[in-house]
Amino acid sequence: MSRAAPTLMRRIHGMMFKLPLMITCEAFEDFILAYLEDELSARQRFVFEMHLKLCRECREYLAAYRASLELAKAGGKAPEETLPPVPDDLVKAVLDARNQ
Amino acid sequence: MEPDDEAAIASIAAGDRPATEDFVRKHGPWMLSVATRIVRDTHHAEDAVQNAFAKVFDNIGGFDGRSALKTWVHRIVVNESLMLMRKANRSRTVAIDELQPVFDNNGCRIEDRWMTMETPETLLVRSDIRAQVSGKIDLLPDNYRIILVLRDIEELTTQEVSQLLGISEANVKVRLHRARAALKRLLEPLVRGQAV
Repeated sequence: MSRAAPTLMRRIHGMMFKLPLMITCEAFEDFILAYLEDELSARQRFVFEMHLKLCRECREYLAAYRASLELAKAGGKAPEETLPPVPDDLVKAVLDARNQ
Repeated sequence: MEPDDEAAIASIAAGDRPATEDFVRKHGPWMLSVATRIVRDTHHAEDAVQNAFAKVFDNIGGFDGRSALKTWVHRIVVNESLMLMRKANRSRTVAIDELQPVFDNNGCRIEDRWMTMETPETLLVRSDIRAQVSGKIDLLPDNYRIILVLRDIEELTTQEVSQLLGISEANVKVRLHRARAALKRLLEPLVRGQAV
């Protein structure tokens, strides 16, 4: 079973992330969507990627976020060729409604 | 416009029943799949598809071909499904706040170490994976689930989702990120390679 980073490491990170051009993990979280959609300014992107280089928790979090997103996109719908045909009674209902 | 689409549109607009039936059998399966993802209830999904076909047939003569026919039909079935979504019975859902990332007092992330991570490609080989993923998506509360479904699975733009749901684009983005973060937590056992 994996373990969260020890409290001391997080305290050191907490101090480091107060330096210029640094952001906290909490601020990093707010930029994830814009980062993935390529909507950050050059400066915001630099700051975001700087945090990513320094913070293992956020690197791992972002990798898992991306993996689950890919899984949702690919696994959220079945390929069309595997879908069952439309029930005959639905086809009939659609056609009957059309002919009324 | 595809030549096949052009011929189908002309025949349907002229009231040709065999052509109409071919169209229903060709497009019905994916339309039912879209409606079921949104409505999450077979009976209401079939109603949504029937309503969508009625809209398609009523307006097909005026279809201008600015988008692909399938894209146009997709928007219609999404719209009809959204109208029926609130009538469908809800199964259990999770509290979205409890699935958001956690931070300490210094704003540092508290995240269990990722010792291993399965790739989506590896996971998608499993025969049960689609049912598992859909089941986890279905656990999200509707106001988050629907945004994730429309943006990430139906591949609508933020602007389209905003217009369909009558909320701001900023609100769509906030809810999308929270839905994705919650889904990450729900899918973690799978992505960590733990038996589910």
